[in-house]
Amino acid sequence: MSSPAFEIPPKGGFSFDLCRRNEMIAKKGVNPPSFRKTGTTIVGLIFQDGVILGADTRATEGPIVCDKNCEKIHYMAPNIYCCGAGTAADTEAVTDMVSSQLQLHRYHTGRESRVVTALTLLKRHLFNYQGYVQAALVLGGVDCTGPHLHTIYPHGSTDTLPFATMGSGSLAAMAVFESKYREGLTRDEGVQLVSEAICSGVFNDLGSGSNVDVCVITKGHKEYLRNHLLPNPRTYVSSKGFSFPKKTEVLLTKITPLKEKVVVIEGGDAMEE
Amino acid sequence: MAKQHANWSPYDNNGGSCVAIAGADYCVIAADTRMSSGYNILTRDYSKTCKLADKAVLASSGFQADVKALQKQLAARHLIYQHQHNKQMSCPAMAQLLSNTLYYKRFFPYYAFNVLGGLDNEGKGCVFTYDAVGSYERVGYSSQGSGSTLIIPFLDNQLKSPSPLLLPAQDAVTPLSESEAVDLVKTCFASATERDIYTGDRLEIVILNADGIRREFMELRKD
Repeated sequence: MSSPAFEIPPKGGFSFDLCRRNEMIAKKGVNPPSFRKTGTTIVGLIFQDGVILGADTRATEGPIVCDKNCEKIHYMAPNIYCCGAGTAADTEAVTDMVSSQLQLHRYHTGRESRVVTALTLLKRHLFNYQGYVQAALVLGGVDCTGPHLHTIYPHGSTDTLPFATMGSGSLAAMAVFESKYREGLTRDEGVQLVSEAICSGVFNDLGSGSNVDVCVITKGHKEYLRNHLLPNPRTYVSSKGFSFPKKTEVLLTKITPLKEKVVVIEGGDAMEE
Repeated sequence: MAKQHANWSPYDNNGGSCVAIAGADYCVIAADTRMSSGYNILTRDYSKTCKLADKAVLASSGFQADVKALQKQLAARHLIYQHQHNKQMSCPAMAQLLSNTLYYKRFFPYYAFNVLGGLDNEGKGCVFTYDAVGSYERVGYSSQGSGSTLIIPFLDNQLKSPSPLLLPAQDAVTPLSESEAVDLVKTCFASATERDIYTGDRLEIVILNADGIRREFMELRKD
């Protein structure tokens, strides 16, 4: 009996064939494309009547800013939102996927989604992918059991905290939280503190920048404050403006009709079903 | 025992961008004042420019420690030159000295990307642009550093310079007036700061002309 061309795992499980292939290709000098990362500052805190989430709006690809005003606070359910840091595609895909599962679950049960449900779905998915789905999340929401705030790491571990930060600016933002957070903040104090934490990331971490987004979730109500602060306007605009006068020159125009090159059979046999 | 590989590098990249533009009777040299390492800002107020002679100003980005060592070396050599010749070094002479100094360390280079701007012996603006090991060229305008990939295409579009291969050699200086050149430099940096994370905080502009040397500052984005 001839053996198959490649090894098939006998009883399911993971196949790491592609890892070996990728390693070999990388060694030959062909590197995989780089990902758009949201080298980010994202934060969340619990205040007296709910949860406040915050995020900056810079997306980078290496040293280059590829989006100056992206959205990092993702919708999960009407009462739950989730901030994402890491590879932009992963945070977006994983939050969209879980948000649709939550919607289906609501149709099935006819009840409001709970934050722990979202948390479990997210961490299960992330654990399955052993950290290769590069999403670091701050999940917050208010459900029938009260306000909840969680952080989720790319490998699938989770924390339950009164205040949380994630992303490359997490240290800058946590410094603000550690010095100023207390229990029972009012809404305005909470929004102020979240904005300050994000600004700390924006100005002290090169991976974070541009504007501040905030989302306030309370029992039965939410407020998405897109571009709550715009602390980085353009610093200089030339008074005369610039023009790009020279257009691409047309050197040659030649039209080749396709009909002469191709034999067209009109009214041929109809395709069989 | 398995062979241990040294995982340490003597170099760092402290980021930043430099631009220089030469005109008929002036030269504008500019650089941002941010110094960074990785995702951290080390300082928002570090000057990347250095006055090497009365009519030669150097702007450098790359590794700050190497830049500092290079500037010290050039200052020492310039002092000797002054004692021996009783005059300031000209900008083209300083350009050659910088090239030699860089090439002297060909196999353990200064990690420094330089633009030298100044006035030549006829009082015309001149810009010299370098790589890390001393290859250099006299040009009409140039940019070096982390934002150079964003700035050079814009300058090329606005100030198409004549090919250096043309015969007879064309004048490389730009047709702009001094104030137009300063305006262009400000636009360059405001735009580069929008998209390059290592450029920002403050712009230092040094203007050399017949009247002497002048400095201007402009605020840039701080994120």
